Amino acid sequence: MSSKQPSSPSRRDFLRQSLVAVPAVSLMGTAAIAQTQSGTAATPAVAAGPKYTPRYFTAPEWDFLEAAVDRLIPSNEDGPGAVEAGVPEFLDRQMEAAYGHGGLWYMQGPFVPDSPPTLGYQLRYTPRELYRKGIAAIDDWCQKQHNQKFAALPADQRDAILHQLEKGEIKLDDVPTAAFFSQLLTNTKEGYFADPMYGGNKQMGAWKMIGFPGARADFADWVEQPGKVYPFGPVSIEGAKS
Amino acid sequence: MIRMKPVDIVIVGFGWTGAIMGIELADTGLKILALERGAYRDTSPDFVYPHNADELAYGIRGELFQPLARETVTVRHAVSDTAVPYRQYGSFLFGNNVGGAGIHWNGQHYRPSPEDLEIHSHISKRYGQKFMPDDMQIQDYGVAYDELEPYLEQFEYLCGTSGTAGNLNGEIKPGGNPFEGARKKPYPNPAVADTYGAKLFADAARAVGYHPFPQPSDNASRPYTNPHGVRLGPCNLCGYCERFGCFMYSKASPQTTILPVLMRKPNFELRTHSHVTKINLDSSGKRATGVTYIDAQGQQVEQPADLVIVSAFQMHNVRLMLLSGIGTPYDPNTGKGVIGKNYAYQMMSSIGVFFDKDVAINPFIGGGAGGVQIVDDFNADHFDHGPHGFVGGAYIYGGQTGGRPIQQLIVPPGTPSWGAGWKKAAKDNYLHATTVATHGSVMSYRDRYLDLDPTYKDAFGLPLLRITFDWHDNEYKMSQFVTERAQEIVKQMNPKATSLTLRKPGDHYDIRQYQTTHTTGGVIQGASPDSSALNRFQQSWDVSNVFVTGASAFPQNLGYNPTGLIGGLTYMSVKAIRETYLKQPGPLVQA
Repeated sequence: MSSKQPSSPSRRDFLRQSLVAVPAVSLMGTAAIAQTQSGTAATPAVAAGPKYTPRYFTAPEWDFLEAAVDRLIPSNEDGPGAVEAGVPEFLDRQMEAAYGHGGLWYMQGPFVPDSPPTLGYQLRYTPRELYRKGIAAIDDWCQKQHNQKFAALPADQRDAILHQLEKGEIKLDDVPTAAFFSQLLTNTKEGYFADPMYGGNKQMGAWKMIGFPGARADFADWVEQPGKVYPFGPVSIEGAKS
Repeated sequence: MIRMKPVDIVIVGFGWTGAIMGIELADTGLKILALERGAYRDTSPDFVYPHNADELAYGIRGELFQPLARETVTVRHAVSDTAVPYRQYGSFLFGNNVGGAGIHWNGQHYRPSPEDLEIHSHISKRYGQKFMPDDMQIQDYGVAYDELEPYLEQFEYLCGTSGTAGNLNGEIKPGGNPFEGARKKPYPNPAVADTYGAKLFADAARAVGYHPFPQPSDNASRPYTNPHGVRLGPCNLCGYCERFGCFMYSKASPQTTILPVLMRKPNFELRTHSHVTKINLDSSGKRATGVTYIDAQGQQVEQPADLVIVSAFQMHNVRLMLLSGIGTPYDPNTGKGVIGKNYAYQMMSSIGVFFDKDVAINPFIGGGAGGVQIVDDFNADHFDHGPHGFVGGAYIYGGQTGGRPIQQLIVPPGTPSWGAGWKKAAKDNYLHATTVATHGSVMSYRDRYLDLDPTYKDAFGLPLLRITFDWHDNEYKMSQFVTERAQEIVKQMNPKATSLTLRKPGDHYDIRQYQTTHTTGGVIQGASPDSSALNRFQQSWDVSNVFVTGASAFPQNLGYNPTGLIGGLTYMSVKAIRETYLKQPGPLVQA
């Protein structure tokens, strides 16, 4: 197939070099550096602090997640991307919680997965199982179609595949891809915006980006001043301030 | 089977109505036992700051909700469909533990409009019988507004409701709801101050010619001591209200209004982790002998009692009646039978309102109910329905209850759902967006009902409740009409962009989207045992020592949040129990 000699690595290198060559990058700080890295899943943007070691996800699954969430919420001048915000860590920690084990869902059969979508989730998989099966199936599909796993593909190709997954256009055995994508996107946004104690939203970066004051939870003085910009940055449940 | 010592009164489920029943019966000196399937919960240590300000735990994972893993419901759209389980939370949220849904509610405290209670008579008289479609089976409550008014007031004074009266003894007052039924007393507390989104909405609504007023709120606007001597503190608009407990003692709940007094009564006992599975009947089937429950160790326990008050959530009340064989199950083919009859929901629409960056909405400033403005001009029968061809209506709501980013962040139409475009839209719009929504009634229909699912079971092996529900044309029309009125107001607000969520003909009921937890019907009250399960005092027609409280008694759903009406009906029922039934047990209304 034509994908035997993909042109993407050279394109990736070109993108990286061209961005690094722009003088303004140094002024834009870590966000811009992360952006240059976001094109290559092999070198994901990493926030400061000790590196997290996943407990549930395997190394190939971890590569997939970093490469996927990096596209769902990319790093750029607007604010942190999902990878530097710690979303993969959040996902891994959620897999160890009751939620990941399906403990919050009714999981008794019979399962009727072809029910109308309006009747909600009807798969037999817990989140742990859905991620495990979904990632393996998508990586297999990428290997067959593109001779590489998802994580090794360039950003634009990953974007295209994620769009196909979202629309259910890729058919995989066992795993409805739209359901997998929906789970991934939902959990990614959860990790991006949840309190940092869950492993995502590092340094409350997502809250700072949008202007949410986090756990301040006291606006008695402000409701009487409608229309005034609220001046304080976020605090976290564990007492971090900004 | 363990057999406990008999009690005089057993209360099944210990949320709002169970607590009201307990406190109002406690002074009789009778032995009262409340059985609650969940755990004990109180402001401290369970809802304290800062742990309460955790959107993921409470708002998303549902820390306060009934664990669906153990028990849920099944749902289908039509009688001929096969139902599947409601496996994850979406459309509605079951409360759990002591306080029930009275913990995680918003505190929106409404009275019904007078015509809501006599809707069938009212519509027939004003528009004629033919105005209602053949399959619509709306009914009167058997209680008129003037009769219920003192009980509605009693519940407001229990909760310390904050609001502005619109109709005081027939006199229309400025700043209140001019369409409300006459109230004898003003609200116990003044309205909560408006959030900025609500102010912009109210200004626009007045300019269009409508009559905005502050939403009646059980988020207290100031310190308040209720008639039991229990104190509430002022709401600080923390933005963590609905789906959360209140760390400020501001949101009325059984814990903040009743339990500090009731729990000290020597003749009152609460047993938690006690899951009632059946109301037991004697050999005649006409008299309840008590209940059976499963305790924390999983043991079956028989609890004899002279009087059984069923006070669980609406759906659980219906299921318990069906599991116990009290009353005839409803049959949608014949329209006969009463248990499960007239299940209804509410019809919502929502407009995202996006401003430029010079408008600072600060969406995170919000109470669950307070700080929001309402237009009630198109609810109930506040306007002439003649030209429009539908029954019912909706209130229009302006403002927001909080800006919790996982659930409440909104982006303008055309924004991609992920990627750099989504992120930029989230960043640019978060501080500058608010919501205008409609909150509307749903009538009852012959083919919309509740029964026991033939396939799916709970953790004890008992059948789940099955919901058969989808929208009817009447509700699509209602929602379209009121949403157009909301859009007039939004246009006057002069936003830079708007988004719209409106359910249109062909859109099926979608259980994935949160709409409301205001599910109603299934054990309805009314004038005759042929058409209702309960009499006007919420007493079973079939078994006179069983009373059933809550929204399961609503013969159809109204446009308002149900809790104010639920409280009023409970106070009316318990007064009849205390003053009439207990003196001479037996039917309070002859069939």
